[in-house]
Amino acid sequence: MSLALSAEEQAIAAGKDGAAMAMRIVAESARLLGAPRLIPIASTHIDGALYHGDSGTLFAERLVEGGARVAVRSTLNVGALDLMGCARIRLEEPARGMARRMMEAYRKLGCEQSWTCAPYQAGHRPALGSDVAWGESNAVVFCNSVLGARTNRYGDFLDIACAITGRAPDYGLHRLENRRARLVFDVSGLSPSFLASEIAWPVLGSLYGREVGNAVGVVTGVAKHPGEDALKAFGAAAASSGAVGLFHIAGATPEAPDANTILAGTTAETVIRVTSEMAAKARAGLSTAAASKTIDAVAIGSPHLSLAEFDALERLIAGRRLLVPIYACTGRHALSGLEQGGRRKALEASGVIIVADTCVVVTPIMPELSNGVLMTNSGKFAHYAPGNTGYSVLYASLADCVESAVLGKPRFTDIAA
Amino acid sequence: MNARAEILVPGKGGEGEALVLTAPISFWGGVDPKSGRIADVRHPQHGETISGRVLFLPGTIGSSSASAVLMELVHNGRAPAALVLHEPDAILLLGLIVAREMGWETPMAVQLERDIFETYRGSIAKIAEDGALTIAG
Repeated sequence: MSLALSAEEQAIAAGKDGAAMAMRIVAESARLLGAPRLIPIASTHIDGALYHGDSGTLFAERLVEGGARVAVRSTLNVGALDLMGCARIRLEEPARGMARRMMEAYRKLGCEQSWTCAPYQAGHRPALGSDVAWGESNAVVFCNSVLGARTNRYGDFLDIACAITGRAPDYGLHRLENRRARLVFDVSGLSPSFLASEIAWPVLGSLYGREVGNAVGVVTGVAKHPGEDALKAFGAAAASSGAVGLFHIAGATPEAPDANTILAGTTAETVIRVTSEMAAKARAGLSTAAASKTIDAVAIGSPHLSLAEFDALERLIAGRRLLVPIYACTGRHALSGLEQGGRRKALEASGVIIVADTCVVVTPIMPELSNGVLMTNSGKFAHYAPGNTGYSVLYASLADCVESAVLGKPRFTDIAA
Repeated sequence: MNARAEILVPGKGGEGEALVLTAPISFWGGVDPKSGRIADVRHPQHGETISGRVLFLPGTIGSSSASAVLMELVHNGRAPAALVLHEPDAILLLGLIVAREMGWETPMAVQLERDIFETYRGSIAKIAEDGALTIAG
């Protein structure tokens, strides 16, 4: 089926301004994707303002020069700089100046200065069943799965083009028939104590992503709703180890009141029965430095920490002084809450380095070390840190991360799967 | 070998040494946007450069930043001479679509059955603006 544009869309595309350029980009993408039409969208979340090279900056500035403005609510994912001035970023000129110009261009296009990969915890929560165009893999999977809004994975350039046109190609996860589960990921064989532990969700997410790839599945055997931060960690890990855009959890996510509903009465094509051995192997697979005797840093906050996660961090540190720093990545939405009552100052006095607007795997922040070892409780950091920072990784719970930072060496509490 | 490939993104016809990849590649993290070298150490063609080559892609792994890497290669003058894909990858090709919008000279991208890729290995491949793909030497 070939793409049909409305008369209005054709007229916009025929222009010479920034809006015309955006419409042609959306239409060309729709043609390559095989979408029959464009559909209106309610909001966007834009990952394209992270500096990868000068061409991206020049593109955003061209849209600004062409008078383009976003037509729908648009939040921004992280940039390459900490505009709040919390952490020192080691990005050198001229890249630093180009990164700053890029962030400024997206502001001029009318995007909200959210600078977070957790926009859904910063007040941007589209309604169940609404069509949106979101970028950044963890934001996409949370938006689809936990909020039940409908988006595909919108990459650089297409995200802002959708924001300016207020339209997106009609294909993939915008269509109801592509949202039903085709496989079952059954965790009922795991111990209740493991499922209740903090590490269960990043570990299972990493395993899920590797097992299902880009298929839509439903997780069964979860007795109670694990909480929003757990689902955030599951989705982020799943979208880094596989191309997961949407998952369901029977009884917990909005499109899956139970497994049968989301399987739409059909039999699952595949049933993955997760064993404690599989979970233990997935947990071990998140570490690349298992034999290390020391650690150089701890990084948490991928996706960005919520205030509830900062509460837990404060409780675990309990006023102690850290021997190695904990890099705590978050958005400015959480920062304002932390400023109250001197919480940020107290954390920094303990040795926590707060990173706002960005994070340690997308821009150089941690010192360059040849054999650095990083401990993290994030499945996503565990996946990307070795390639992007050169540090090898130890995966552990938040409690173990904090104890290890106090001691300067790894400490693990056994949690049997 | 003469084949008529379907044009995915129009552009300038090109000629260059064929580089037939034997495994799918992720442009983001897999190709250095400054030099055009294949940087993924696990890729069988690791160390080869894609710049100026007619690049045959049996498959792509779709990072959402693949388009940014391809556009950066075009902007740096390090793009392939042409891209031949087994199936369209909208995210990757967006890099060419946006580069065209910027007014930069872009290589063309065409679609061809991957079974035919091997016949171009080791040759100088030439692609005309109508999608005709020939061996020039």
